[in-house]
Amino acid sequence: MINEKLTEIIASLIYRSSVELPPDVMSALEGLAAREDSPLAAELYGCIFDNLKKAKELNRPICQDTGALQFFLKAGTKFPYLDDVEDSIREGVMRATERIPLRPNVVESFSERNTGGNVGTLSPWIEWEIVKNSSDLTVEVYMAGGGCSLAGRSKVLMPLEGYAGAVKFVFDTITEWGVNACPPLIVGIGIGACAPTAAMLSKKALLRPLGSENPNQKAAETEKRIKDGLNSIGIGPLGMSGKESVLGVNVEYAAHHPATLAVGLSVGCWATRRGKITVGADGKDGIEIKEC
Amino acid sequence: MKKILTTPISGGDIKDLRIGDIVYLTGIAATARDDGHRRVAEGGRLPEFPLKGSAVMHVGPIVSGSREEGFKVVAAGPTTSRRMERYEREFIEKTGVKLVVGKGGMGAKTDAACKDLGAVYCVFPGGCAVTAAAAVEEVLGVEWEDFGMPEAFWIFKVKEFGPLIVSIDTEGNNLSERNKAEFERKKERAFGEIEKHVNFSHK
Repeated sequence: MINEKLTEIIASLIYRSSVELPPDVMSALEGLAAREDSPLAAELYGCIFDNLKKAKELNRPICQDTGALQFFLKAGTKFPYLDDVEDSIREGVMRATERIPLRPNVVESFSERNTGGNVGTLSPWIEWEIVKNSSDLTVEVYMAGGGCSLAGRSKVLMPLEGYAGAVKFVFDTITEWGVNACPPLIVGIGIGACAPTAAMLSKKALLRPLGSENPNQKAAETEKRIKDGLNSIGIGPLGMSGKESVLGVNVEYAAHHPATLAVGLSVGCWATRRGKITVGADGKDGIEIKEC
Repeated sequence: MKKILTTPISGGDIKDLRIGDIVYLTGIAATARDDGHRRVAEGGRLPEFPLKGSAVMHVGPIVSGSREEGFKVVAAGPTTSRRMERYEREFIEKTGVKLVVGKGGMGAKTDAACKDLGAVYCVFPGGCAVTAAAAVEEVLGVEWEDFGMPEAFWIFKVKEFGPLIVSIDTEGNNLSERNKAEFERKKERAFGEIEKHVNFSHK
């Protein structure tokens, strides 16, 4: 069933996420722009910031590729409207598509027809995490564009290839495909036992704010080394070469099998659009926003 | 001073452009992506709107309004050109476009096409969709709507659309391939530096 209030909250979340960059992405982008000094890089960053300003002023999507939407939920076991969440998300996506407007980006598989409303089979993709003893629901939307999704990969390595094998996989992929993904990039890396686990963790790594680090010291050091290494390649804004390449590198991991070391890679563009909101029951019969 | 190309573009207008130059476009620019390129190259069909001397853009815009009330371009940045590499030569040959606009760069087949057929490939900064839309003065038409909004063939009248960074010139020089070769070289060094620090196995 559609919950009207939740649906509107979700439609607004999509709206806000499509016209404005998250603060962490914006500030990282400003930092990179300030450190470039070539005329071409200055021209490109000038265009990027002009675009961001215009998008905000005119209430338009930053990028025409408003993505195939993905939702990452943290759902409290005591949130009273769990039954309504999926229907409300689908309805919220349809309303946002019409209102903002978003580009209709959902092509039904096999029939190969654009559905027109940004919903289709298992689309938007919804990823659930259950939070025990909580009555809140956190909804995070990620607007996954085609150019940066095209660079996504997952590979199962043999453990003797080691973490060096995983790092090589990241460097090879970013050098080959990163240029098309609208750099400077956010690089999300997942480590796990199998391809889908590593891939999903790499996407979740993109959700973690820039400037944060993995709590595991070795993982955090690896993040920093990969970031410095990718920056030394100097991919620059839009792949036109420059002093740096990435806005940030985040690693998320799960334990792995003794016979496998899987690595996943997800890439976010300079216009990485994501937004998060937490709602809870208002104690009467409705929903209230707790954090956004 | 801004270098402005005005359609119809002649071979002479672009023959001296070199990779890294920045130009702007005024005139006719039509959008075509994967489906449009396939229909022209494989299906042997051409859009009704004549494209000789115009620009093709790898763009899937967001357009509001309708034929009746008029269209408005909301956002119109470029998509990954590499997807069209397979058919770009045939597209240039059959339509007579002189300028191809996209993002990220194209490959050897398009280098040869630009050299043989006298065309250039330019990059517009990816993601700058509102800036791009602001340069569209008018939507002159839309064809092949059966592909859906992003893949349809939109015909725009643009004014000083840019910056367009020349990335393949009429001599077949390729800026993004040159950059990528440099990135590959630097990658080996960067990886070698990290490799020794990420051995977490028990000795």
